[in-house]
Amino acid sequence: MIIFQHLLNGLRLGSIYALIALGYSMVYGIIKLLNFAHGDIIMVGGYIALLLIGAQVSPVIAILLSILGCMILACVIEKVAYKPLRSAPRLSLLITAIGVSYLLENLAQLIWGADPRSFPSSKIIANVNFSLGGVTVSLTTIVTIVVAVISMVILNLLVQKTKMGKAMRAVSEDTGAAQLMGINVNRTINYTFAIGAALAGIGAILYCCSVPQVKPTTGYLLGIKAFVAAVLGGIGSIPGAMLGGFAIGMAEVIVNAVGLSSWTDAVVYLVLIVVLLVKPTGFMGRSMNEKV
Amino acid sequence: MNSMKKIMALLLVLVFMVGVFAGCSSSSDSSSTTESETTTETEETEEAAETEETADVGEIVIGWLGPQTGNVAQYGLAVMNGVDLYVEQLNAAGGINGKTVRVVYYDEEGDTTKAITGYNYLLDQGAVAIIGDVTTAPCTAVVVESQADNTPMITASATATSITYDEESDTVYSNMFRSCFIDPFQGTTMADFAAEELGATTAAVLYDNGDTYSTGVYEYFVAECEALGIEIVADESYASGSVDFSSQLANIAAADPDVIFLPVYYNDVALIVTQAASAGITATYLGVDGWSSTVDTIDDPTLLNGAYYCSGYSAEDTSELVQQFLADYEAEYGEVPGMFAAQGYDAAWILCDAIAVAEADGVEYGTAEYSQAIIDAMSATDSDYVTGHVTYDEYNNPQKTAAIITFTDGTESFWGSYGG
Repeated sequence: MIIFQHLLNGLRLGSIYALIALGYSMVYGIIKLLNFAHGDIIMVGGYIALLLIGAQVSPVIAILLSILGCMILACVIEKVAYKPLRSAPRLSLLITAIGVSYLLENLAQLIWGADPRSFPSSKIIANVNFSLGGVTVSLTTIVTIVVAVISMVILNLLVQKTKMGKAMRAVSEDTGAAQLMGINVNRTINYTFAIGAALAGIGAILYCCSVPQVKPTTGYLLGIKAFVAAVLGGIGSIPGAMLGGFAIGMAEVIVNAVGLSSWTDAVVYLVLIVVLLVKPTGFMGRSMNEKV
Repeated sequence: MNSMKKIMALLLVLVFMVGVFAGCSSSSDSSSTTESETTTETEETEEAAETEETADVGEIVIGWLGPQTGNVAQYGLAVMNGVDLYVEQLNAAGGINGKTVRVVYYDEEGDTTKAITGYNYLLDQGAVAIIGDVTTAPCTAVVVESQADNTPMITASATATSITYDEESDTVYSNMFRSCFIDPFQGTTMADFAAEELGATTAAVLYDNGDTYSTGVYEYFVAECEALGIEIVADESYASGSVDFSSQLANIAAADPDVIFLPVYYNDVALIVTQAASAGITATYLGVDGWSSTVDTIDDPTLLNGAYYCSGYSAEDTSELVQQFLADYEAEYGEVPGMFAAQGYDAAWILCDAIAVAEADGVEYGTAEYSQAIIDAMSATDSDYVTGHVTYDEYNNPQKTAAIITFTDGTESFWGSYGG
């Protein structure tokens, strides 16, 4: 029975990683940028929700505003930091992303202080447990998994069925050709960032509900783990990011469960190294030939 | 094609490493903001040094070392308040031997390396004795560093045995004292308490395996449980900085223990107890003095109802010394002092009593003999303080009782004194 309990925990953690990994993957797919500031957007989302709920704003509005806040922040970052560098070497863009990540972490520390703040999780999801044949399922776990799955389904529809989704796929396939076909590349990139950030905002709320605490460095390790998940699944691939997220969450929970908790983070990094050495394209990534 | 893959792999490893390094510095980036604070402090002490030149006779400088910012700042600030209150009262009553006591501060942010920097900084500022460090890990590092100088030191809150005694070389750090009780005392006391008062027969443990304090208390708890016949049904740990405890809690829930011992600090307690509720755990929690302030950090304090932890002091103690201290502290800071403030007050008191003895003997200020005289006087301590009557054993550990604190309706209350 205990094994089901662990699987459920892995699924919960994994679905949060998957949501965040999607943001990494989509942005990489479209402008070949590893957006290291993605994790810190989660942290900002957590603080926005925390402060709004603290100010007696209704939780539903607080959640919506914090998701909106994440989207605006991501678009501003894209406009200010990444857009001017679009034709620059990719390494410059990467270093800029790390810089933005630093900026957000330190700003958060300056504004809200370095101490962890308790997140009012019980105001969002009540502390209720269900018992199913010896397995305890908390409402938080159910909500997390359900919301994550719904978000992913909506994302899939968005990418596969809408015009903007088509444009995103086209830009990711070949930016130059897409532009020649009359696709507004800038707007498409903006949309990608906004959608990625919305998923991060949802991830932020779900994460803070199961780990009821926000601090300036919250996004850092979470971001790195989601990045590993994105690479494991095949960076640039949306179903890959989901699969990678679940795999990393599961791996982490299993390592903890067998009593090797000191090794949890090491195992996640080991997964990254092994994937890069054995199958750099991940589960679902496509290997691309250099275009001439 | 194949070489392309290799280049990709190398590039990504590189990128990843950059990320790790970025992370390394970002986890310690609290230094960047606090640097400015330290500078202002230095400026303040420089100003103080200037005034010192005009009135240099009649001043005794003691150092305060601890975290004013960072993860464990809450302890540091409480200790500092206690120290400040005592020193202020002492100076108002005429100081020691007609000399004013001045405290210089250093914020080490809970970091071991910065604590050693801070120790040297305080000596440079002319401190003849140091109150600190606040937590176990930096304190251990500083006491090793202080051996060559034989600086009299007293910690208000570092509870590991290793602070006054090095097991490997079987040496007692004779210059180091404390006003709090020690780790084994807490682990042993809580095991005794579980058996005698709660009638527990099974126990689970969840501790931080990267923290000396946590592992120290854990070991003594387990040893005492074995001696008392309490079965440890789940023995779980986590790496420092972990935030998701669901796997360990699932194992504990499956073992269904009578009590769960959590020898960890308040931020972790808040996370663990909240997540334990989601895992359906209903056992009684037992904690240690790192639990104080948990009610302020947890989202839903009622989750703590029925838990017990041991503390060096309780505000509900009716003794005259405690009530006087309470009244003074509330008048000064407008809040009820916690254990760390009381122990900080006592640390300053014990140290100043010892300095008074050295002064009364007419030893020359600031010399090696002066340090030794303070140390000798401290080890001979035998009187009543706020947190109880203090005498020191051969390991410089105080002999005193523990106050057991429990939680009802999400607030702390005094259960009673226990052990001793």
